[in-house]
Amino acid sequence: MSRLLILATAAFVALDANLSGIMAAGPDLGAVQRQPLNWTAIIMFLAFVLGTLGITYRAAAQTKSAADFYAAGGGITGFQNGLAIAGDYMSAASFLGISGLVFASGFDGLIYSIGFLVGWPIVLFLIAERLRNLGKFTFSDVASFRLDQTQIRILSAVGTLVVVAFYLIAQMVGAGKLIELLFGLDYLYAVIIVGVLMIVYVAFGGMKATTWVQIIKACLLLAGATLMSLIVLWRFGFSPEAMFAEAVRTHPRGDAIMAPGALVADPVSAISLGLALMFGTAGLPHILMRFFTVSDAQAARKSVFYATGFIAYFYILTFIIGFGAITFLMNDPSFFKLGANGAYDKVRDILGGTNMAAIHLATATGGSLFLGFISAVAFATILAVVAGLTLSGASAVSHDLYAEVIARGRVSEQKEVRISKFSAIAIGIVAIILGYIFENQNVAFMVGLAFAVAASCNFPVLLMSVLWKGTTTRGALVGGLLGLVSAVAMVVLSKAVWVQTFGFARELFPYDNPAIFSMPIAFLGIWAISKFDTSSRAKAEIASFDAQYIRSETGIGAAAAHAH
Amino acid sequence: MASLDHNQVLRSPQFQDLVRQRARFAWTLSIAMLIIYFGFILLVAFAKPLLAAKIGDGVTSLGIILGLGVIVSAFVLTGIYVQRANSRFDELTRRLAREFI
Repeated sequence: MSRLLILATAAFVALDANLSGIMAAGPDLGAVQRQPLNWTAIIMFLAFVLGTLGITYRAAAQTKSAADFYAAGGGITGFQNGLAIAGDYMSAASFLGISGLVFASGFDGLIYSIGFLVGWPIVLFLIAERLRNLGKFTFSDVASFRLDQTQIRILSAVGTLVVVAFYLIAQMVGAGKLIELLFGLDYLYAVIIVGVLMIVYVAFGGMKATTWVQIIKACLLLAGATLMSLIVLWRFGFSPEAMFAEAVRTHPRGDAIMAPGALVADPVSAISLGLALMFGTAGLPHILMRFFTVSDAQAARKSVFYATGFIAYFYILTFIIGFGAITFLMNDPSFFKLGANGAYDKVRDILGGTNMAAIHLATATGGSLFLGFISAVAFATILAVVAGLTLSGASAVSHDLYAEVIARGRVSEQKEVRISKFSAIAIGIVAIILGYIFENQNVAFMVGLAFAVAASCNFPVLLMSVLWKGTTTRGALVGGLLGLVSAVAMVVLSKAVWVQTFGFARELFPYDNPAIFSMPIAFLGIWAISKFDTSSRAKAEIASFDAQYIRSETGIGAAAAHAH
Repeated sequence: MASLDHNQVLRSPQFQDLVRQRARFAWTLSIAMLIIYFGFILLVAFAKPLLAAKIGDGVTSLGIILGLGVIVSAFVLTGIYVQRANSRFDELTRRLAREFI
């Protein structure tokens, strides 16, 4: 119980808190548990890499224009994009982290997976179609549609880069640790391999290659998780009740795993986290960018429907896998670090930490071949997520900052794409370096911070500029910055950073997640400053709302499919 | 698109009809999702015994059923929206486009 409480308070997002469990274990434990080189996994992963590099090679040959590079020529179908969105969203942290959380505490794991899902309907109802109707390559296109190009693009590019930076560091560190554990590769090599591969996918293949990497990864992950769940359920004659009953008999916490535990101890933190997860999803730049890869609003809408289905299905599978791990692993000492007398704690002593529950379950259900497959899938999963993030960061630099702000739109497509490729290389190198620097730091707060910034800066600016006629440049700029700064400040002053990273005695901000405060600050800021903005530019911006409104609602005049 | 008369579109009954219907539908569904999700979180925070209650004689708790229900409801709500948008809203949009382009 106390361990859970620490988990809950130490991190915003339990999955990454869980990943940090591996990290917190530190180098000594890591050294003990590092696996010998896992050849099955490495060969299967090499097959994945070769296949995706082949796709990248073909995509590079077809990528000529800026529309090809940023938006795959608008030629992705709704179904494909749905899979790609799911691929972008289902990280290794959610696969291993949530199943590990279910393994450790049962029901509480379900609370987190739900939080990560419920943002999708909101994206569909309020954002997706309007985004496709108004934008071209990035969500800044939409936010700056009728507002000042320079200021709003700088704001949304900063919002993008902040989200990408924190998300990317968390993924890189998690990736390095995970690969070290799974494959027996050195941490630094693991980080370099991930960094180099994502640079190759993005810089050479652009959005087309990145999309196909996401699609293949999503299919592999869903197939692997489905197979594992079927084997688990088959043992119980496909009766969840029988599986739950066996889990209750096996788990040291007994019947308590079927009910809420200590994870949601504080309702304010729980609601704040819920807000960040729900609305942060609608402000993640690498997700928003995916809506420009389809031909029209109808395809954008369908892609969210499919993505929601895949992600929902995936979270149900992780729940089954978590319970499967309880029933398959807990009575088998070979998966645990044994004490002097052969005794072990059925949760704490699992080899490699609770995050490894799904990995061990692969061994228990399908032997070393299945273990190799699931390990390779976990690696592919990390790779796909970081590639999507890198592409979105590179687009913010080349399309928003360079082409529209520095060159004021006077730049050739070839040059813009070239800058994007160099940005991708630069972002990849920075990510490798940061991944190396942060190896032994607590990065669990970073994913939570990324979601909080997305919910408190990107989402309010986007939503208000599209839905409220009165939004002006000054309002969006001030409100967006207030949301960004307050979210970052509250996270820095919270326990995870102020106490656990900086080592101060007491945190200055009592809650784990800032969204319940920083989101209203952003919306109120946009509203109030816009209201008081009586400049002539503000009047012109309000007057030009009608044209934007018609296009956002009907798609009349929207940038057509970019396919040649 | 320079020829598109914005005032004319804004005043047209079809446009107003489309925007009003879709806004009402989308906000209703959004609020439904918010109530379902935050209702669940509040139950987790304040009604733990209720969620721990068993279904029948088995070990499966009400909380698990409700939690899975929230997941399924998210998918069902998107399905309801897509269904309505594919038929009704797309038809209204097409009619509008025919009239003004």
